[in-house]
Amino acid sequence: MFRKPSFLLAVTMSLAASSAMAQMAAKTTDPQIAHIAYTAGQIDIAAAELALKTSQNKAVKDFAEEMVRDHTAVNKQALALVEKLKVKPEDNDTSKSLTAAAAKKHEELSKLSGAAFDKAYAQNEVAYHQTVNGALATVLIPDAQNGELKSLLETGLKLFKEHQQHAEHLVGQLK
Amino acid sequence: MAVRSLMVASGALSLGLLAFMPLPRGAEPQVYVIEIDKLAFGPAPAGLHVNDIVEWRNSDIFRHTATASDGSFDIDLPPSAKGQTVLRQPGVIDYACRFHPGMKGRLEVVP
Ligand SMILES: [Cu+2]
Repeated sequence: MFRKPSFLLAVTMSLAASSAMAQMAAKTTDPQIAHIAYTAGQIDIAAAELALKTSQNKAVKDFAEEMVRDHTAVNKQALALVEKLKVKPEDNDTSKSLTAAAAKKHEELSKLSGAAFDKAYAQNEVAYHQTVNGALATVLIPDAQNGELKSLLETGLKLFKEHQQHAEHLVGQLK
Repeated sequence: MAVRSLMVASGALSLGLLAFMPLPRGAEPQVYVIEIDKLAFGPAPAGLHVNDIVEWRNSDIFRHTATASDGSFDIDLPPSAKGQTVLRQPGVIDYACRFHPGMKGRLEVVP
């Protein structure tokens, strides 16, 4: 009778402590945020390059060209900003898991061709942009300390949202 | 001088009325600028007339287009590019960017 409540109390306390620690650990620093945002753009460029190599569909190719163009533009600004702020982008678990997931997806897509590739690529573009939008809105933008970095991330979020919408149109077109 | 003495003579009330009367339009078409920045079109100008010109200016780092849904114009706008649209007829023209579907606006053109 005594044991159970005290055990529960101990569990509750350690849960509280570990969630507080998790929150502290989850606070992403500007060098990490810069790395994540840059990585997210590079991943989408790599996927688009695969699409440009593989797809025969004009709408898919046009979309892929847009991804290369827009993400290159934003990443160029990101590089200029980190140089100006003397921030050294720092690899981290979020970047690593984005990269690992992208490598897996890239392998899957590489095995496809024709309409099957187009569909899978477009669907993944929707899902990928959705994931990055979520990370930008809930973690990266709120955690960013530097105002210029925050503002660039906000532009990034706007861009990713536009791309998500465009990707959704593309999925609809390919049906 | 003539205008001045007319104004003085007509008094405050009619002066107030004059201020609200539409100015007579010359034959010269007007140029209105719509600036694009941060993935958005600037506000569409009010009071557009046939033969006026809309000048699109892309101040963004991204390439955009100004594309009319009725097909009357489709202007490619790489970063820092400009392009012009002559408004040939009255009516409402919706426009958007072909690349970024959330970017849109509407021109209202009167004769
Ligand atoms: Cu656009």
